[in-house]
Amino acid sequence: MDAREQEFLEYVQGGGQVETDDWMPDEYRARLIKFIEMHGNSELMGVLPEREWILRAPTLQRKLALTAKVQDEVGHSQLIYRVVEDLGKPREQCLDDLISGKSKFHNVFHYPTKTWGDVGLIAWLVDAAAIISQKALLKCSYAPYARIMKKICWEESFHILHGRDVILTMMLGTDQQRELVQEALDRWWGPLMQFHGNPIARDEDPMYVWRIKSQGNEEARQQFLDGYVPQIWELGLTVPDPTLRKRDDGAWEYTEPDWDELKHVVTGHGPKTAERLELRRTTREENAWVRRAVLAEAA
Amino acid sequence: MTDQVQKIVEIADDELVLGWRNSEWTGIAPLLEEDVAFSSIAQNEIGHARALYELAARELGTTADELAFDRQPDEYRCSRLVQLRLVPDWARTIARHCIYERADQARIEALKRSDDAELAGLAAKIDREEAYHRMHAEMWFDRLEDEQRFKAALEELEPLFDVRDEHIPEFAELWEEMTMVRRSVAGATW
Amino acid sequence: MIYEVFRQERKGQAFAHAGSVEAPNEEFAEAYAREQYGRRGESTALWVVPRQAVHEIDDFADELQKNYHRVDGYPLKEKLGRARELAAKSPGGLSAGAG
Repeated sequence: MDAREQEFLEYVQGGGQVETDDWMPDEYRARLIKFIEMHGNSELMGVLPEREWILRAPTLQRKLALTAKVQDEVGHSQLIYRVVEDLGKPREQCLDDLISGKSKFHNVFHYPTKTWGDVGLIAWLVDAAAIISQKALLKCSYAPYARIMKKICWEESFHILHGRDVILTMMLGTDQQRELVQEALDRWWGPLMQFHGNPIARDEDPMYVWRIKSQGNEEARQQFLDGYVPQIWELGLTVPDPTLRKRDDGAWEYTEPDWDELKHVVTGHGPKTAERLELRRTTREENAWVRRAVLAEAA
Repeated sequence: MTDQVQKIVEIADDELVLGWRNSEWTGIAPLLEEDVAFSSIAQNEIGHARALYELAARELGTTADELAFDRQPDEYRCSRLVQLRLVPDWARTIARHCIYERADQARIEALKRSDDAELAGLAAKIDREEAYHRMHAEMWFDRLEDEQRFKAALEELEPLFDVRDEHIPEFAELWEEMTMVRRSVAGATW
Repeated sequence: MIYEVFRQERKGQAFAHAGSVEAPNEEFAEAYAREQYGRRGESTALWVVPRQAVHEIDDFADELQKNYHRVDGYPLKEKLGRARELAAKSPGGLSAGAG
Protein backbone atom coordinates (compact mmCIF):
# COMPACT_ATOMS: atom_id res chain seq x y z
CA MET A 1 0.00 0.00 0.00
CA ASP A 2 1.54 3.30 -1.02
CA ALA A 3 1.47 6.47 1.06
CA ARG A 4 -1.58 7.88 -0.68
CA GLU A 5 -3.55 4.68 -0.10
CA GLN A 6 -2.42 4.56 3.51
CA GLU A 7 -3.57 8.12 4.01
CA PHE A 8 -6.94 7.26 2.45
CA LEU A 9 -7.30 4.23 4.71
CA GLU A 10 -6.57 6.30 7.80
CA TYR A 11 -9.03 8.91 6.58
CA VAL A 12 -11.95 6.45 6.26
CA GLN A 13 -10.98 4.67 9.49
CA GLY A 14 -11.12 8.04 11.23
CA GLY A 15 -14.73 8.43 10.10
CA GLY A 16 -13.98 10.32 6.87
CA GLN A 17 -16.42 10.04 3.97
CA VAL A 18 -15.75 9.83 0.25
CA GLU A 19 -17.71 11.27 -2.69
CA THR A 20 -18.01 9.87 -6.22
CA ASP A 21 -15.47 12.16 -7.84
CA ASP A 22 -12.89 11.94 -5.03
CA TRP A 23 -9.74 9.95 -5.59
CA MET A 24 -9.98 6.44 -4.14
CA PRO A 25 -7.73 3.37 -4.20
CA ASP A 26 -8.59 0.77 -6.85
CA GLU A 27 -9.12 -1.84 -4.17
CA TYR A 28 -11.62 0.37 -2.34
CA ARG A 29 -13.54 1.04 -5.56
CA ALA A 30 -13.59 -2.66 -6.48
CA ARG A 31 -14.81 -3.68 -3.03
CA LEU A 32 -17.45 -0.98 -3.01
CA ILE A 33 -18.77 -2.09 -6.38
CA LYS A 34 -18.87 -5.74 -5.36
CA PHE A 35 -20.58 -5.04 -2.05
CA ILE A 36 -23.11 -2.49 -3.30
CA GLU A 37 -23.87 -4.51 -6.41
CA MET A 38 -24.68 -7.55 -4.27
CA HIS A 39 -27.02 -5.35 -2.24
CA GLY A 40 -28.73 -4.18 -5.43
CA ASN A 41 -28.99 -7.77 -6.66
CA SER A 42 -30.51 -8.82 -3.35
CA GLU A 43 -33.19 -6.14 -3.52
CA LEU A 44 -34.02 -7.14 -7.07
CA MET A 45 -34.05 -10.87 -6.36
CA GLY A 46 -35.84 -10.26 -3.06
CA VAL A 47 -38.76 -9.08 -5.14
CA LEU A 48 -39.41 -12.53 -6.56
CA PRO A 49 -40.31 -14.62 -3.48
CA GLU A 50 -42.97 -12.08 -2.54
CA ARG A 51 -44.07 -11.11 -6.01
CA GLU A 52 -45.71 -14.53 -6.49
CA TRP A 53 -48.05 -13.65 -3.63
CA ILE A 54 -49.11 -10.24 -4.91
CA LEU A 55 -51.85 -12.02 -6.85
CA ARG A 56 -52.92 -14.02 -3.83
CA ALA A 57 -53.08 -11.40 -1.09
CA PRO A 58 -56.30 -12.16 0.80
CA THR A 59 -57.72 -8.65 1.41
CA LEU A 60 -57.58 -5.35 -0.46
CA GLN A 61 -55.48 -3.80 2.30
CA ARG A 62 -52.94 -6.65 2.20
CA LYS A 63 -52.88 -6.52 -1.57
CA LEU A 64 -52.00 -2.84 -1.51
CA ALA A 65 -49.42 -3.21 1.25
CA LEU A 66 -47.67 -6.16 -0.34
CA THR A 67 -47.59 -4.54 -3.78
CA ALA A 68 -46.16 -1.39 -2.22
CA LYS A 69 -43.53 -3.39 -0.36
CA VAL A 70 -42.38 -5.17 -3.49
CA GLN A 71 -42.43 -1.84 -5.31
CA ASP A 72 -40.17 -0.39 -2.62
CA GLU A 73 -37.69 -3.20 -3.15
CA VAL A 74 -37.54 -2.54 -6.87
CA GLY A 75 -37.09 1.13 -6.01
CA HIS A 76 -34.21 0.24 -3.70
CA SER A 77 -32.50 -1.75 -6.41
CA GLN A 78 -32.87 1.27 -8.70
CA LEU A 79 -31.26 3.55 -6.10
CA ILE A 80 -28.49 1.09 -5.38
CA TYR A 81 -27.65 0.24 -8.99
CA ARG A 82 -27.44 3.99 -9.66
CA VAL A 83 -24.73 4.21 -7.01
CA VAL A 84 -22.89 1.30 -8.62
CA GLU A 85 -23.20 2.93 -12.04
CA ASP A 86 -21.63 6.12 -10.79
CA LEU A 87 -18.74 4.03 -9.48
CA GLY A 88 -18.19 2.76 -13.01
CA LYS A 89 -20.23 -0.39 -13.54
CA PRO A 90 -23.31 0.08 -15.76
CA ARG A 91 -26.67 -1.31 -14.69
CA GLU A 92 -26.92 -3.56 -17.73
CA GLN A 93 -23.62 -5.16 -16.82
CA CYS A 94 -24.80 -5.71 -13.24
CA LEU A 95 -27.88 -7.45 -14.60
CA ASP A 96 -25.79 -9.56 -16.99
CA ASP A 97 -23.57 -10.69 -14.14
CA LEU A 98 -26.52 -11.40 -11.89
CA ILE A 99 -28.23 -13.56 -14.49
CA SER A 100 -25.07 -15.43 -15.46
CA GLY A 101 -24.38 -16.23 -11.81
CA LYS A 102 -21.16 -14.24 -11.77
CA SER A 103 -22.38 -11.95 -9.00
CA LYS A 104 -24.25 -12.99 -5.89
CA PHE A 105 -27.34 -12.16 -3.90
CA HIS A 106 -28.39 -12.78 -0.29
CA ASN A 107 -29.11 -16.31 0.87
CA VAL A 108 -32.71 -15.73 1.97
CA PHE A 109 -33.84 -14.94 -1.56
CA HIS A 110 -32.90 -18.38 -2.85
CA TYR A 111 -35.69 -20.12 -0.91
CA PRO A 112 -39.32 -20.79 -1.83
CA THR A 113 -42.24 -18.90 -0.32
CA LYS A 114 -44.66 -21.66 0.45
CA THR A 115 -47.58 -20.05 2.26
CA TRP A 116 -49.09 -16.72 3.27
CA GLY A 117 -47.37 -17.41 6.61
CA ASP A 118 -44.03 -17.16 4.81
CA VAL A 119 -45.10 -13.84 3.28
CA GLY A 120 -45.73 -12.39 6.74
CA LEU A 121 -42.59 -13.89 8.20
CA ILE A 122 -40.39 -12.58 5.40
CA ALA A 123 -41.77 -9.06 5.74
CA TRP A 124 -41.31 -9.18 9.51
CA LEU A 125 -38.10 -11.07 10.19
CA VAL A 126 -36.15 -11.09 6.94
CA ASP A 127 -36.70 -7.36 6.67
CA ALA A 128 -35.76 -6.98 10.33
CA ALA A 129 -32.48 -8.80 9.73
CA ALA A 130 -31.89 -6.69 6.64
CA ILE A 131 -32.60 -3.39 8.35
CA ILE A 132 -29.94 -4.18 10.96
CA SER A 133 -27.31 -4.51 8.22
CA GLN A 134 -28.67 -1.49 6.41
CA LYS A 135 -28.73 0.76 9.46
CA ALA A 136 -25.06 -0.03 9.95
CA LEU A 137 -24.50 1.22 6.38
CA LEU A 138 -25.78 4.68 7.30
CA LYS A 139 -22.20 5.23 8.48
CA CYS A 140 -20.59 3.84 5.31
CA SER A 141 -17.41 5.63 4.28
CA TYR A 142 -18.82 5.99 0.76
CA ALA A 143 -21.21 8.91 1.23
CA PRO A 144 -23.55 8.45 -1.78
CA TYR A 145 -24.34 4.93 -0.56
CA ALA A 146 -24.81 6.07 3.04
CA ARG A 147 -27.21 8.77 1.86
CA ILE A 148 -29.58 6.48 -0.05
CA MET A 149 -29.58 4.14 2.92
CA LYS A 150 -31.60 6.72 4.84
CA LYS A 151 -34.47 6.40 2.39
CA ILE A 152 -34.11 2.63 2.26
CA CYS A 153 -34.19 2.20 6.05
CA TRP A 154 -37.18 4.49 6.30
CA GLU A 155 -39.11 2.37 3.81
CA GLU A 156 -38.02 -0.92 5.35
CA SER A 157 -39.52 0.17 8.65
CA PHE A 158 -42.98 0.06 7.02
CA HIS A 159 -42.28 -3.44 5.77
CA ILE A 160 -41.56 -4.71 9.25
CA LEU A 161 -44.83 -3.22 10.51
CA HIS A 162 -46.73 -4.75 7.60
CA GLY A 163 -45.12 -8.14 8.29
CA ARG A 164 -45.77 -7.97 12.00
CA ASP A 165 -49.38 -7.05 11.37
CA VAL A 166 -49.84 -10.01 9.01
CA ILE A 167 -48.32 -12.33 11.61
CA LEU A 168 -50.30 -10.88 14.54
CA THR A 169 -53.56 -11.21 12.61
CA MET A 170 -52.80 -14.85 11.89
CA MET A 171 -51.80 -15.53 15.49
CA LEU A 172 -55.16 -14.08 16.59
CA GLY A 173 -56.95 -16.29 14.05
CA THR A 174 -57.60 -20.00 13.84
CA ASP A 175 -55.34 -22.88 14.93
CA GLN A 176 -54.64 -23.57 11.27
CA GLN A 177 -53.41 -20.00 10.79
CA ARG A 178 -51.15 -20.23 13.85
CA GLU A 179 -49.71 -23.43 12.43
CA LEU A 180 -48.95 -21.64 9.17
CA VAL A 181 -46.90 -19.09 11.12
CA GLN A 182 -45.03 -21.70 13.17
CA GLU A 183 -44.22 -23.71 10.05
CA ALA A 184 -42.96 -20.57 8.35
CA LEU A 185 -40.72 -19.78 11.32
CA ASP A 186 -39.38 -23.36 11.28
CA ARG A 187 -38.54 -23.02 7.59
CA TRP A 188 -36.94 -19.59 7.79
CA TRP A 189 -35.00 -19.79 11.04
CA GLY A 190 -31.97 -21.49 9.54
CA PRO A 191 -31.57 -19.02 6.67
CA LEU A 192 -32.20 -16.13 9.08
CA MET A 193 -29.38 -17.26 11.36
CA GLN A 194 -27.06 -17.53 8.36
CA PHE A 195 -28.14 -14.16 6.98
CA HIS A 196 -25.50 -11.97 8.64
CA GLY A 197 -22.67 -14.27 7.61
CA ASN A 198 -20.06 -16.27 9.47
CA PRO A 199 -18.56 -14.73 12.60
CA ILE A 200 -15.36 -13.46 10.99
CA ALA A 201 -13.57 -11.01 13.31
CA ARG A 202 -14.45 -7.55 12.12
CA ASP A 203 -10.86 -6.36 11.81
CA GLU A 204 -10.22 -9.26 9.42
CA ASP A 205 -13.21 -8.32 7.30
CA PRO A 206 -12.00 -6.06 4.47
CA MET A 207 -15.45 -4.50 4.26
CA TYR A 208 -14.98 -3.30 7.83
CA VAL A 209 -11.35 -2.34 7.33
CA TRP A 210 -12.37 0.08 4.56
CA ARG A 211 -15.37 1.15 6.67
CA ILE A 212 -17.81 0.09 4.00
CA LYS A 213 -19.53 -1.80 6.81
CA SER A 214 -19.50 -0.37 10.30
CA GLN A 215 -20.19 -3.52 12.27
CA GLY A 216 -19.11 -7.14 12.33
CA ASN A 217 -21.30 -10.07 11.30
CA GLU A 218 -21.74 -11.50 14.78
CA GLU A 219 -22.56 -8.07 16.18
CA ALA A 220 -25.39 -7.83 13.66
CA ARG A 221 -26.68 -11.31 14.45
CA GLN A 222 -26.66 -10.60 18.20
CA GLN A 223 -28.59 -7.42 17.57
CA PHE A 224 -31.16 -9.35 15.56
CA LEU A 225 -31.58 -11.99 18.26
CA ASP A 226 -31.80 -9.39 20.98
CA GLY A 227 -34.41 -7.37 19.16
CA TYR A 228 -36.60 -10.11 17.77
CA VAL A 229 -36.42 -13.34 19.78
CA PRO A 230 -38.43 -11.77 22.63
CA GLN A 231 -41.01 -10.59 20.08
CA ILE A 232 -41.23 -14.11 18.64
CA TRP A 233 -41.57 -15.70 22.07
CA GLU A 234 -44.25 -13.32 23.29
CA LEU A 235 -46.56 -14.52 20.51
CA GLY A 236 -46.26 -18.09 21.75
CA LEU A 237 -44.13 -19.21 18.82
CA THR A 238 -41.28 -21.67 19.26
CA VAL A 239 -37.87 -20.88 17.83
CA PRO A 240 -36.61 -24.14 16.33
CA ASP A 241 -33.31 -24.09 18.22
CA PRO A 242 -33.36 -25.83 21.61
CA THR A 243 -30.04 -24.31 22.64
CA LEU A 244 -31.11 -20.71 22.05
CA ARG A 245 -30.79 -18.66 25.25
CA LYS A 246 -29.61 -15.30 26.47
CA ARG A 247 -26.59 -15.53 28.77
CA ASP A 248 -26.22 -13.45 31.92
CA ASP A 249 -23.71 -11.25 30.14
CA GLY A 250 -26.36 -10.36 27.58
CA ALA A 251 -25.01 -12.37 24.65
CA TRP A 252 -27.16 -14.94 22.87
CA GLU A 253 -26.11 -18.58 22.56
CA TYR A 254 -27.41 -20.57 19.64
CA THR A 255 -26.72 -23.67 17.62
CA GLU A 256 -23.99 -23.07 15.07
CA PRO A 257 -25.70 -22.09 11.80
CA ASP A 258 -25.10 -24.35 8.82
CA TRP A 259 -22.30 -22.45 7.08
CA ASP A 260 -21.99 -25.11 4.37
CA GLU A 261 -25.61 -24.54 3.45
CA LEU A 262 -24.99 -20.78 3.30
CA LYS A 263 -22.03 -21.23 0.99
CA HIS A 264 -23.85 -23.72 -1.18
CA VAL A 265 -26.91 -21.47 -1.49
CA VAL A 266 -25.20 -18.17 -2.22
CA THR A 267 -22.96 -19.74 -4.83
CA GLY A 268 -26.08 -20.39 -6.85
CA HIS A 269 -27.37 -23.72 -5.58
CA GLY A 270 -30.39 -22.72 -3.51
CA PRO A 271 -33.73 -24.46 -4.04
CA LYS A 272 -35.07 -21.58 -6.13
CA THR A 273 -31.88 -20.02 -7.52
CA ALA A 274 -32.06 -21.42 -11.02
CA GLU A 275 -35.79 -20.81 -11.46
CA ARG A 276 -35.61 -17.21 -10.29
CA LEU A 277 -32.58 -16.34 -12.37
CA GLU A 278 -34.32 -17.91 -15.34
CA LEU A 279 -37.36 -15.69 -14.74
CA ARG A 280 -35.06 -12.65 -14.65
CA ARG A 281 -33.37 -13.79 -17.84
CA THR A 282 -36.57 -14.38 -19.81
CA THR A 283 -38.38 -11.22 -18.72
CA ARG A 284 -35.27 -9.20 -19.51
CA GLU A 285 -34.96 -10.73 -22.97
CA GLU A 286 -38.64 -10.37 -23.74
CA ASN A 287 -38.48 -6.68 -22.99
CA ALA A 288 -35.09 -5.81 -24.40
CA TRP A 289 -36.93 -4.14 -27.29
CA VAL A 290 -38.59 -1.73 -24.86
CA ARG A 291 -35.26 -0.58 -23.49
CA ARG A 292 -33.97 -0.18 -27.03
CA ALA A 293 -37.03 1.79 -28.09
CA VAL A 294 -37.05 3.97 -25.02
CA LEU A 295 -33.44 4.54 -24.16
CA ALA A 296 -31.98 4.51 -27.67
CA GLU A 297 -32.05 8.21 -28.44
CA ALA A 298 -32.30 10.52 -25.50
CA ALA A 299 -34.52 13.40 -26.56
CA MET B 1 -79.38 -3.85 -7.06
CA THR B 2 -80.22 -0.39 -8.38
CA ASP B 3 -78.83 0.72 -11.73
CA GLN B 4 -76.51 3.13 -9.98
CA VAL B 5 -75.08 0.49 -7.64
CA GLN B 6 -74.70 -1.86 -10.56
CA LYS B 7 -72.77 0.79 -12.48
CA ILE B 8 -70.52 1.47 -9.49
CA VAL B 9 -69.75 -2.24 -9.08
CA GLU B 10 -69.04 -2.54 -12.79
CA ILE B 11 -66.47 0.25 -12.68
CA ALA B 12 -65.00 -1.12 -9.45
CA ASP B 13 -64.67 -4.57 -11.05
CA ASP B 14 -62.79 -3.05 -13.97
CA GLU B 15 -60.45 -1.17 -11.67
CA LEU B 16 -59.93 -4.19 -9.45
CA VAL B 17 -59.11 -6.62 -12.22
CA LEU B 18 -56.97 -4.16 -14.15
CA GLY B 19 -55.14 -3.33 -10.92
CA TRP B 20 -54.59 -7.03 -10.33
CA ARG B 21 -53.32 -7.54 -13.86
CA ASN B 22 -51.05 -4.50 -13.77
CA SER B 23 -49.64 -5.63 -10.43
CA GLU B 24 -48.30 -8.70 -12.24
CA TRP B 25 -45.65 -6.36 -13.62
CA THR B 26 -44.40 -5.32 -10.20
CA GLY B 27 -40.88 -6.66 -10.01
CA ILE B 28 -40.43 -7.55 -13.68
CA ALA B 29 -41.17 -4.37 -15.68
CA PRO B 30 -38.82 -3.44 -18.55
CA LEU B 31 -37.02 -0.66 -16.62
CA LEU B 32 -36.53 -0.36 -12.88
CA GLU B 33 -37.85 3.20 -12.86
CA GLU B 34 -40.89 2.10 -14.82
CA ASP B 35 -41.45 -0.81 -12.46
CA VAL B 36 -41.94 1.63 -9.60
CA ALA B 37 -44.16 3.92 -11.67
CA PHE B 38 -46.38 1.18 -13.07
CA SER B 39 -46.80 -0.41 -9.67
CA SER B 40 -48.19 2.86 -8.31
CA ILE B 41 -50.73 2.85 -11.11
CA ALA B 42 -51.78 -0.69 -10.18
CA GLN B 43 -52.10 0.35 -6.54
CA ASN B 44 -54.17 3.41 -7.44
CA GLU B 45 -56.55 1.26 -9.46
CA ILE B 46 -57.07 -1.12 -6.58
CA GLY B 47 -57.54 1.89 -4.31
CA HIS B 48 -60.25 3.19 -6.64
CA ALA B 49 -61.92 -0.22 -6.68
CA ARG B 50 -61.89 -0.28 -2.90
CA ALA B 51 -63.45 3.17 -2.56
CA LEU B 52 -66.17 2.33 -5.09
CA TYR B 53 -66.89 -1.05 -3.50
CA GLU B 54 -67.23 0.65 -0.14
CA LEU B 55 -69.88 2.90 -1.57
CA ALA B 56 -71.75 -0.01 -3.12
CA ALA B 57 -71.25 -2.21 -0.08
CA ARG B 58 -73.19 0.21 2.11
CA GLU B 59 -76.19 -0.12 -0.17
CA LEU B 60 -75.83 -3.87 -0.42
CA GLY B 61 -75.15 -4.57 3.25
CA THR B 62 -71.74 -6.12 2.66
CA THR B 63 -68.07 -5.06 2.69
CA ALA B 64 -65.59 -3.98 0.05
CA ASP B 65 -63.48 -7.09 0.63
CA GLU B 66 -66.48 -9.36 0.24
CA LEU B 67 -67.39 -7.70 -3.03
CA ALA B 68 -63.81 -7.92 -4.24
CA PHE B 69 -63.16 -11.54 -3.28
CA ASP B 70 -66.23 -13.48 -2.26
CA ARG B 71 -68.35 -13.47 -5.39
CA GLN B 72 -68.35 -16.22 -7.97
CA PRO B 73 -66.36 -15.47 -11.14
CA ASP B 74 -69.50 -15.05 -13.28
CA GLU B 75 -70.83 -12.37 -10.92
CA TYR B 76 -68.02 -9.94 -11.78
CA ARG B 77 -69.02 -7.45 -14.44
CA CYS B 78 -65.55 -6.50 -15.65
CA SER B 79 -64.67 -5.81 -19.26
CA ARG B 80 -62.85 -8.39 -21.33
CA LEU B 81 -60.11 -5.84 -21.89
CA VAL B 82 -58.99 -5.97 -18.26
CA GLN B 83 -59.25 -9.73 -17.93
CA LEU B 84 -56.45 -10.54 -20.34
CA ARG B 85 -53.19 -11.71 -18.84
CA LEU B 86 -50.61 -9.67 -20.73
CA VAL B 87 -47.30 -10.21 -18.93
CA PRO B 88 -44.65 -10.27 -20.32
CA ASP B 89 -45.96 -8.34 -23.36
CA TRP B 90 -45.27 -4.63 -22.73
CA ALA B 91 -46.66 -3.44 -26.08
CA ARG B 92 -50.08 -4.94 -25.36
CA THR B 93 -49.92 -3.80 -21.74
CA ILE B 94 -49.36 -0.19 -22.75
CA ALA B 95 -51.96 -0.47 -25.50
CA ARG B 96 -54.51 -1.64 -22.92
CA HIS B 97 -53.41 1.14 -20.57
CA CYS B 98 -54.03 3.78 -23.28
CA ILE B 99 -57.37 2.34 -24.35
CA TYR B 100 -58.60 1.89 -20.81
CA GLU B 101 -57.62 5.34 -19.60
CA ARG B 102 -59.44 6.97 -22.50
CA ALA B 103 -62.63 4.96 -21.94
CA ASP B 104 -62.43 5.39 -18.19
CA GLN B 105 -62.09 9.15 -18.46
CA ALA B 106 -65.47 9.46 -20.16
CA ARG B 107 -67.08 7.25 -17.55
CA ILE B 108 -65.57 9.13 -14.60
CA GLU B 109 -66.59 12.48 -16.12
CA ALA B 110 -70.19 11.25 -16.15
CA LEU B 111 -69.93 10.17 -12.50
CA LYS B 112 -68.57 13.58 -11.55
CA ARG B 113 -71.87 15.04 -12.75
CA SER B 114 -73.91 12.59 -10.67
CA ASP B 115 -76.76 13.94 -8.49
CA ASP B 116 -75.39 11.82 -5.68
CA ALA B 117 -72.94 14.25 -4.08
CA GLU B 118 -70.91 11.52 -2.41
CA LEU B 119 -70.45 9.64 -5.65
CA ALA B 120 -69.61 12.82 -7.53
CA GLY B 121 -67.04 13.72 -4.87
CA LEU B 122 -65.41 10.31 -5.05
CA ALA B 123 -65.34 10.47 -8.85
CA ALA B 124 -63.53 13.82 -8.64
CA LYS B 125 -60.93 12.33 -6.32
CA ILE B 126 -60.44 9.33 -8.57
CA ASP B 127 -60.13 11.60 -11.57
CA ARG B 128 -57.28 13.53 -9.97
CA GLU B 129 -55.29 10.32 -9.72
CA GLU B 130 -56.38 9.19 -13.16
CA ALA B 131 -55.02 12.42 -14.62
CA TYR B 132 -51.59 11.13 -13.72
CA HIS B 133 -52.37 7.75 -15.29
CA ARG B 134 -53.38 9.49 -18.50
CA MET B 135 -50.17 11.46 -18.52
CA HIS B 136 -48.23 8.23 -18.06
CA ALA B 137 -50.20 6.51 -20.84
CA GLU B 138 -49.58 9.41 -23.21
CA MET B 139 -45.88 9.53 -22.57
CA TRP B 140 -45.63 5.85 -23.44
CA PHE B 141 -47.92 6.25 -26.44
CA ASP B 142 -45.61 8.93 -27.84
CA ARG B 143 -42.66 6.66 -27.35
CA LEU B 144 -44.16 3.52 -28.89
CA GLU B 145 -46.50 4.82 -31.59
CA ASP B 146 -44.13 3.89 -34.39
CA GLU B 147 -43.60 0.34 -33.14
CA GLN B 148 -45.44 -2.17 -35.30
CA ARG B 149 -46.26 -4.44 -32.36
CA PHE B 150 -47.80 -1.54 -30.48
CA LYS B 151 -49.99 -0.54 -33.41
CA ALA B 152 -51.15 -4.13 -33.79
CA ALA B 153 -51.92 -4.32 -30.08
CA LEU B 154 -54.06 -1.18 -30.19
CA GLU B 155 -56.04 -2.59 -33.07
CA GLU B 156 -56.50 -5.94 -31.36
CA LEU B 157 -57.57 -4.56 -27.97
CA GLU B 158 -59.60 -1.48 -28.91
CA PRO B 159 -62.92 -3.35 -29.38
CA LEU B 160 -62.69 -5.24 -26.08
CA PHE B 161 -63.58 -2.53 -23.57
CA ASP B 162 -67.30 -2.88 -24.14
CA VAL B 163 -67.34 -6.66 -24.15
CA ARG B 164 -68.84 -7.74 -20.85
CA ASP B 165 -70.91 -10.80 -21.64
CA GLU B 166 -68.91 -13.95 -21.19
CA HIS B 167 -65.66 -14.10 -19.26
CA ILE B 168 -62.57 -15.59 -20.82
CA PRO B 169 -60.95 -18.63 -19.13
CA GLU B 170 -58.03 -16.46 -18.02
CA PHE B 171 -60.40 -14.64 -15.72
CA ALA B 172 -61.40 -17.84 -13.92
CA GLU B 173 -57.71 -18.61 -13.46
CA LEU B 174 -57.09 -15.16 -12.03
CA TRP B 175 -60.06 -15.54 -9.70
CA GLU B 176 -58.73 -18.90 -8.47
CA GLU B 177 -55.41 -17.32 -7.67
CA MET B 178 -56.66 -14.09 -6.13
CA THR B 179 -59.02 -15.88 -3.77
CA MET B 180 -56.75 -18.82 -3.02
CA VAL B 181 -55.45 -17.74 0.40
CA ARG B 182 -58.78 -16.27 1.38
CA ARG B 183 -60.58 -19.54 0.66
CA SER B 184 -57.89 -21.71 2.25
CA VAL B 185 -58.93 -21.41 5.91
CA ALA B 186 -62.60 -21.41 6.85
CA GLY B 187 -63.68 -18.51 9.03
CA ALA B 188 -60.29 -16.81 8.99
CA THR B 189 -59.45 -13.13 9.18
CA TRP B 190 -56.35 -12.03 7.28
CA MET C 1 -29.83 10.10 -19.53
CA ILE C 2 -29.30 10.67 -15.86
CA TYR C 3 -31.42 13.26 -14.10
CA GLU C 4 -30.58 14.49 -10.62
CA VAL C 5 -33.52 14.93 -8.29
CA PHE C 6 -33.78 17.40 -5.44
CA ARG C 7 -36.63 17.27 -2.98
CA GLN C 8 -38.24 19.64 -0.56
CA GLU C 9 -39.59 17.88 2.48
CA ARG C 10 -41.81 20.66 3.80
CA LYS C 11 -42.91 24.00 2.45
CA GLY C 12 -40.34 26.66 3.29
CA GLN C 13 -37.44 24.24 3.56
CA ALA C 14 -34.44 24.11 1.27
CA PHE C 15 -34.34 21.55 -1.54
CA ALA C 16 -31.84 18.79 -0.86
CA HIS C 17 -30.35 16.27 -3.25
CA ALA C 18 -32.41 13.06 -3.14
CA GLY C 19 -30.81 10.86 -5.78
CA SER C 20 -31.06 10.26 -9.50
CA VAL C 21 -33.15 8.49 -12.13
CA GLU C 22 -32.39 7.24 -15.60
CA ALA C 23 -34.89 8.34 -18.23
CA PRO C 24 -35.03 9.00 -21.99
CA ASN C 25 -36.38 12.53 -21.70
CA GLU C 26 -37.73 15.12 -19.30
CA GLU C 27 -41.25 13.78 -19.39
CA PHE C 28 -40.19 10.30 -18.30
CA ALA C 29 -37.72 11.78 -15.82
CA GLU C 30 -40.47 13.76 -14.15
CA ALA C 31 -42.78 10.77 -13.96
CA TYR C 32 -40.02 8.57 -12.54
CA ALA C 33 -38.80 11.19 -10.07
CA ARG C 34 -42.36 11.70 -8.85
CA GLU C 35 -42.62 8.00 -8.11
CA GLN C 36 -39.17 7.36 -6.73
CA TYR C 37 -38.99 10.41 -4.46
CA GLY C 38 -42.56 11.39 -3.75
CA ARG C 39 -44.94 8.48 -3.80
CA ARG C 40 -45.38 8.39 -0.01
CA GLY C 41 -46.07 12.10 0.26
CA GLU C 42 -42.56 12.58 1.62
CA SER C 43 -41.87 15.57 -0.65
CA THR C 44 -43.82 18.78 -1.23
CA ALA C 45 -41.89 19.55 -4.43
CA LEU C 46 -39.10 18.17 -6.59
CA TRP C 47 -36.52 19.70 -8.88
CA VAL C 48 -35.52 17.43 -11.74
CA VAL C 49 -32.30 18.47 -13.46
CA PRO C 50 -30.26 16.84 -16.22
CA ARG C 51 -26.98 15.77 -14.68
CA GLN C 52 -24.95 17.79 -17.20
CA ALA C 53 -26.66 20.94 -15.97
CA VAL C 54 -25.19 20.54 -12.51
CA HIS C 55 -21.78 22.15 -12.13
CA GLU C 56 -19.80 21.37 -9.04
CA ILE C 57 -17.42 23.85 -7.49
CA ASP C 58 -15.40 22.55 -4.60
CA ASP C 59 -12.31 24.77 -4.42
CA PHE C 60 -12.54 27.90 -2.35
CA ALA C 61 -9.28 29.82 -2.03
CA ASP C 62 -8.96 31.91 1.11
CA GLU C 63 -5.25 32.32 1.60
CA LEU C 64 -4.92 35.86 2.98
CA GLN C 65 -7.06 36.04 6.10
CA LYS C 66 -10.21 37.40 4.54
CA ASN C 67 -11.91 37.16 7.89
CA TYR C 68 -13.62 40.53 7.74
CA HIS C 69 -16.69 38.89 6.18
CA ARG C 70 -16.92 36.08 8.70
CA VAL C 71 -17.89 35.92 12.34
CA ASP C 72 -14.36 34.91 13.35
CA GLY C 73 -13.10 38.29 12.07
CA TYR C 74 -14.77 40.04 14.98
CA PRO C 75 -13.34 39.01 18.40
CA LEU C 76 -15.27 41.59 20.42
CA LYS C 77 -14.94 40.00 23.85
CA GLU C 78 -11.74 41.70 24.94
CA LYS C 79 -12.77 45.13 23.63
CA LEU C 80 -16.15 44.84 25.27
CA GLY C 81 -14.49 44.06 28.62
CA ARG C 82 -12.37 47.15 28.37
CA ALA C 83 -15.31 49.31 27.35
CA ARG C 84 -17.29 48.08 30.34
CA GLU C 85 -14.38 48.89 32.67
CA LEU C 86 -14.12 52.37 31.23
CA ALA C 87 -17.84 52.96 31.61
CA ALA C 88 -17.70 51.83 35.26
CA LYS C 89 -15.06 54.48 36.05
CA SER C 90 -17.36 57.35 35.03
CA PRO C 91 -20.55 56.61 37.07
CA GLY C 92 -22.46 59.62 35.79
CA GLY C 93 -22.39 58.17 32.35
CA LEU C 94 -21.16 59.72 29.15
CA SER C 95 -24.27 61.73 28.39
CA ALA C 96 -24.30 63.40 31.85
CA GLY C 97 -20.66 64.43 31.40
CA ALA C 98 -21.37 65.80 27.98
CA GLY C 99 -24.47 67.74 29.09
